[in-house]
Amino acid sequence: MHVPADRNGRPVLEVEGLTKHFPVPRGIIGALRRDKRYVIRAVDGVSFELGRGEVLALVGESGCGKTTTALSVLGLVEPSAGSVRFEGRPLHETLRRDRSLRRAIQMVFQDPYESLNPRMTVGEIVAEPLVVHRLAEGAARTERVLAALEEVGLRPAEEFVGRRPHELSGGQRQRVVIAAALVCEPRLLVADEPVSMLDVSIRAEILLLLNELRRRRGISILFITHDLATAALFADRIAVMYLGRIVEIGSADAVLSAPQHPYTRALVSVIPRLDPELRQERLILQGETPNPIAIPPGCRFHPRCPLAVEACRHTDPQLERKRDQLAACIRV
Amino acid sequence: MALLDVRNLTTEFVTPDGARLRAVDGLSFSLERGEALGIVGESGCGKTTAMLSLLRLLPHAGRIVGGEVLFDGQDLLKLPPDELRARRWRDLSIIFQGAMNALNPVRSVGDQIREAIRAHLPWPRDQVDRRVGELLELVGIPAWRAAQYPHQYSGGMRQRAMIAMALACNPQVVVADEPTTALDVMVQAQIVDLLDRLRRELDLALILVTHDLGLVAESCQRVLVMYGGRVAEHGPVEQVLRAPRHPYTQRLLRAFPDLSRGRELVSIPGAPPRLSELPAGCRFHPRCHLAADRCRTEAPALRLVGPEQYAACHFAE
Repeated sequence: MHVPADRNGRPVLEVEGLTKHFPVPRGIIGALRRDKRYVIRAVDGVSFELGRGEVLALVGESGCGKTTTALSVLGLVEPSAGSVRFEGRPLHETLRRDRSLRRAIQMVFQDPYESLNPRMTVGEIVAEPLVVHRLAEGAARTERVLAALEEVGLRPAEEFVGRRPHELSGGQRQRVVIAAALVCEPRLLVADEPVSMLDVSIRAEILLLLNELRRRRGISILFITHDLATAALFADRIAVMYLGRIVEIGSADAVLSAPQHPYTRALVSVIPRLDPELRQERLILQGETPNPIAIPPGCRFHPRCPLAVEACRHTDPQLERKRDQLAACIRV
Repeated sequence: MALLDVRNLTTEFVTPDGARLRAVDGLSFSLERGEALGIVGESGCGKTTAMLSLLRLLPHAGRIVGGEVLFDGQDLLKLPPDELRARRWRDLSIIFQGAMNALNPVRSVGDQIREAIRAHLPWPRDQVDRRVGELLELVGIPAWRAAQYPHQYSGGMRQRAMIAMALACNPQVVVADEPTTALDVMVQAQIVDLLDRLRRELDLALILVTHDLGLVAESCQRVLVMYGGRVAEHGPVEQVLRAPRHPYTQRLLRAFPDLSRGRELVSIPGAPPRLSELPAGCRFHPRCHLAADRCRTEAPALRLVGPEQYAACHFAE
């Protein structure tokens, strides 16, 4: 798909070799016994770019590092190594000097039942970012709040400003969350499972709303999800993560129609298909994702991989071109 | 005669100010040995309340106000409480929603399964211990892990342990409420396979309560779609998925992210109704593209629309 370049012709977001290791506390007894220090290698060398108005889905199971990657992109987690550049500037360094950059990157949270303060009105919730960033006051503030509510489809906005979250349906609440993210006019939205807590019948309308926003405003979206089927319908490109690494990245069509990495193949094979005739043999991997404290040597997927051979125990595969996408596997 | 025959089950909640909210309204279905029935619906459709009613495990504010739950021909709703307690778990058991997080963190998993057995069966200690090992092996957990604590188990293993606990007393009917929600995709597939194998090997009658049509498509023979406390559609899975007759089922299927249809995102306008604001007539009419005057006043009855397929819509053919 064609991604329009931004003013400088560069991607909005460039993540290069992003690594985040969390030390595991040994506790005082562990320190006295001089126990080995362990680190959780949550993200272990992740690189990707995101164009203006593009939707990239980071897909993976729990512990794959997708949330830590998202938090790094938001500037909330300091990387151990590697860099995150936003509109060409190093994100973390710039944020230390210039807090205003923070409003350019906003987050849409997963659970609209938990992320909205029940005591605040919709108007107060959406106005809060403007207060925090000292962006607008008085009538101008009210105007921006109303405009944001209109934009997410809570119309007429005047009717919604005075309501509290419990008076709204799940879909309306998630619209409020999006309005609060939108009111600062961000250029990048990080959406962490934005529809997984919603009823199936209303998920699509939230995704369509996000889609509309990126079309109209050119907002880029980093979409974090465990659901490959939804990612396939919503994202332009998909990056599949496993144990802190991207194992496959490419256009949504390429990844879904011809998955290359054995892990992606397994994930695609277990996507539920309603039509029995389209059902394919499911490749169910045994066991679960290993603990990121003890990442297997060689290819980190080899202990669960149906294609693994001796070489996979020693070779740590890098992303290389396979068909229309990149995959990190020496066996395909 | 069916193993389990639920007729016209109706359950209400009484609010603190005395209002009566009807959560389940005239639910009927039957279930044979070795059969899996999927009960599908969105939040607040009454699916979980219906299952708690079957086992008479409703919270304090809930009342079963009508209907019968015939197990082997005997009405469980008429049994005195202690007799019911003795039968629960031995005839019918349930895997609660989010149950894997309900394990007691300071007691070993084996201990907790042992307790479930001893509460219902007067077995000597060594027989109970043997049974715990057997149950764990049955769900794919090595027996030695009985001595371990829940934090030493992964999420998938905790869910397997809960399934083992539900099977402790050899029940004939097992209700699983959202058994795969909150699990990783690959673990979900493992649990679906496990339930399917157990159903075949133990000839279990299984009720899967879920919002996930994919789970139903893959592991059930029949499906019952609920909306606003009532049955919208009921029939053999393949038939209902291929040729849904109720507009709600049709649109719910379209909202499911199905890759075979191409990149199409479809939603149903509006939101599922709240119990306190159930619409008159057909519960689905405010969101239905076919709704006519009749739908606003007259509740449609469930009627035969195909071989063994029933739908509650004035316009279903």
